[in-house]
Amino acid sequence: MNPIKKFFRSIADLWSLIVGLQITGKYFCQKHVTVHYPRKEIDPEINKTYRGHIELVASPKDPAKPKCISCLMCVSACPSGCITVVKSKPPKLSPEEEQAIKDAEARGEKVKKPSAPKEPSQWKYDFSLCSLCGTCIEACAVDSIRFSHELYVVGTSRNDFKYDLLARLRSQAEKSGHPAESKPEAETKEA
Amino acid sequence: MNGIATELIRIVVGLVAVAAFVGLNGLVLVYAERKGAGHFQRRPGPFEVGPHGVIQPIADALKLIGKQLFTPDNADPYLFWLAPLLSFFPVLLMFVPLPFGPVLTVWEVDLGLLLILAFAGFNVLALLLAGWASNNKYGLLGAGRAVAQSVAYEIPLLLAVLAIAFQTGSLNLSTIVTQQGSWPWQWNIVTQPLAFIIYLVSALGETNRAPFDLPEAESELTAGFHTEYSGMGFGMFFLAEYANMIVVCGVCTALFLGGWKGPGVDGFWWYLVKVYALLGAMIWFRWTYPRIRFDQLLNINWKWLLPLATLNLLGTAFLMKVF
Amino acid sequence: MRNEKLDLVTGDFYTQNFQKGARENTLILNLGPQHPSTHGVLRVLLELDGEYVLRAEPVLGYLHRMHEKMAEVKTLVQYMPNMGRVDYGHPLAWNWAFAGAAERLGGIEVPERAEFIRVISTELNRITSHLLWWGAYILDLGAFTPIMYAFDDRERLLDMLQILTGSRLTYSSFRIGGVCADINDKFIELCKDFIPYMRSRLPMYKALVTDNIILRKRVEEIGVFDQDMIRRYGATGPVARGSGIDYDVRRAEPYSVYDRFDWQVPVYQKGDAMARYLVRLDEIEQSMRIVEQALAQLPEGKIIVDKAPKYTWKAPKGEACFPVEGGRGLIAVHVISDGGKTPYKIKLRAPGFSNLSLFAEASRGTLLADSVAILGSLDLIIPEIDR
Repeated sequence: MNPIKKFFRSIADLWSLIVGLQITGKYFCQKHVTVHYPRKEIDPEINKTYRGHIELVASPKDPAKPKCISCLMCVSACPSGCITVVKSKPPKLSPEEEQAIKDAEARGEKVKKPSAPKEPSQWKYDFSLCSLCGTCIEACAVDSIRFSHELYVVGTSRNDFKYDLLARLRSQAEKSGHPAESKPEAETKEA
Repeated sequence: MNGIATELIRIVVGLVAVAAFVGLNGLVLVYAERKGAGHFQRRPGPFEVGPHGVIQPIADALKLIGKQLFTPDNADPYLFWLAPLLSFFPVLLMFVPLPFGPVLTVWEVDLGLLLILAFAGFNVLALLLAGWASNNKYGLLGAGRAVAQSVAYEIPLLLAVLAIAFQTGSLNLSTIVTQQGSWPWQWNIVTQPLAFIIYLVSALGETNRAPFDLPEAESELTAGFHTEYSGMGFGMFFLAEYANMIVVCGVCTALFLGGWKGPGVDGFWWYLVKVYALLGAMIWFRWTYPRIRFDQLLNINWKWLLPLATLNLLGTAFLMKVF
Repeated sequence: MRNEKLDLVTGDFYTQNFQKGARENTLILNLGPQHPSTHGVLRVLLELDGEYVLRAEPVLGYLHRMHEKMAEVKTLVQYMPNMGRVDYGHPLAWNWAFAGAAERLGGIEVPERAEFIRVISTELNRITSHLLWWGAYILDLGAFTPIMYAFDDRERLLDMLQILTGSRLTYSSFRIGGVCADINDKFIELCKDFIPYMRSRLPMYKALVTDNIILRKRVEEIGVFDQDMIRRYGATGPVARGSGIDYDVRRAEPYSVYDRFDWQVPVYQKGDAMARYLVRLDEIEQSMRIVEQALAQLPEGKIIVDKAPKYTWKAPKGEACFPVEGGRGLIAVHVISDGGKTPYKIKLRAPGFSNLSLFAEASRGTLLADSVAILGSLDLIIPEIDR
């Protein structure tokens, strides 16, 4: 391009600067896109699918207890090792019952010792290690784990993210009007 | 004796008022810039500190004042701390000839324009000292760029201003204002539009504002010449930049936009309205355009602005002689 | 470097090594790992003569997280969340490459609906990746508002992907054998609203940024790569397509259902940073075309194969590789299994690694500001380079 054409081309290109100003000027006068949390919150419809930390699903028979049968599949499935489940122990027998069983065995009868209930006594979860992959949910044999939709999770120390999911389930049951029938032996930190 | 005393008192009072004005404007401009940035980007900007964030600049100022003053290892402490002071204090003197109103001038200097342009040179020295004394490679590169840019852009600035001086026959800012009329078609911008554009571009280059803010290019040089400054050192550079902006916009309104004259009642309010309008335009440019590369920046200056400004000056001189 | 005054040697191993080849009167500068730009933790050693870059050497490894080692201690199903974190720009492509490799190894065939869902979510993720790149690139060049406009559009996309997968940035929603979540009506509705909206935004981007004379002067004729250079370094993706090499994995090594859609591969001949820029903006439009057609042709069916591998699944002995077109180029995951619980090795081929190697040669003799512009135009995401 000869120099004169180049000169006028350069002047013409300057129009793009004015166009840019018009665009930002237009956006200056428009509404903000930001949602002013905490005065406003985002549309809760969207959050129904949000992958929050995991929680236990209540058993249909007793809303304060989970469906979990403490098979510990989720514990071995988790790639990050953030789940800790402790099985329940068999119920303690009184001395007379123990004596009765010993006598029955001595006589040669087949005695069924009371077995441990298939439920967890502790269900601990460390959210700071969790990668929200969902492998535990798919490994669970009874569909006892699901993602919660907790969006506003805030803590000031690492321990704030170590959850006791049994306590969380119990508090959820209380809130929905089905308080737990029995108090657990060890009351640990609330979720 | 009496005359000298009243004049001295006037200067002292004027300087204190200027210092207060600059300080207050620093806060206002910081707020306006951040709110403007927010609105251009469709977000609120500062909002939480005080109603709609009005106390934010005060909180920032308190934070800057409260920080520890570091001198980097192996840096020259005298030059290092001289640089922010040298950047800030001459700017206060630049406010002296500005005609805020019909009588609201600190001191009507006959060579007002010359004084302003002379003290603008101190900024160059301050940037150079800052970059050199930091003992930091980024600082050095930033200072080199800043010096080249500032020195280069002073020349078209001077030539554009000279065109107005030719036309008016005086370097006194108050005289230039009084020679313009009240209505927009009587302002100097109508007779010298090219000089206005050249002045505006050179002003952006002189004050290191986007799109000419290469010395502070964050993504390349991690803050350039003021990398090593924290706390009040940085605060002084910051304030000096905003004060420089106000001076440059003030001179522009006095020269091209009729100063304190305006439709309706003349007065200092028109001056302030125009200065803030120009500052708003500078903020608008910053948040719209990307940065110009350094060699292109100097190219624009030497190949475009300088010839155009010279032609403008010669044309003005010719027309003045003929008519 | 020996500091004579203090009588000690300064600089680490890389700096000392770099210093050996230094010429007279040059400045050695670290475009350090702490970078104000948004590339990640990348360190570039520069030898500067004033403003000109004489030599450049990228130093990697600041973000090495041993993903390939982690693969040796996790089973294949447990490794999926790692793939969401290798590259935060286009994680679904990495998900797909890994799932595809495992499926090839195990001889698993993915149901058709799952393939369509994979295509839709990966193409939407590609759009988010390109929008992020665009905003960050313009931020590098000094304009602070376009990134905010890009993130506004990106938020809509992230909402859609959240409805589908539950996550916004680090997705692990593909499974070996399909996907884990199905499309619902809300997603389709949002998607149908988004595509015309985005089409109306692209002209605004063009007017604000692409046509802007300042940007054009910064980006045109900078960093010209010729085809020989690209072949030598093995660069793929928009870097290659901006220099005239018509290579897109979706066409060259077809996978999934891409052959059912009518879309084009944008190729520009010039080879400068502007060509790569335009390639990526055109890819946004093409991705939207693919999503439109995929939604229209979405079949009914299962979203995961019946006997999908559980976490104890052992892949049969053998190896399989699955290349995928990611936002940055050719992503390939090569799985080698010896029949045991955990794979023998998983090799992750990151496109950014090859693209970055171009930089050392391309930035010789350029200005410092230009070398930053070239680095931005390569669209690097350091976590995938370091893995």
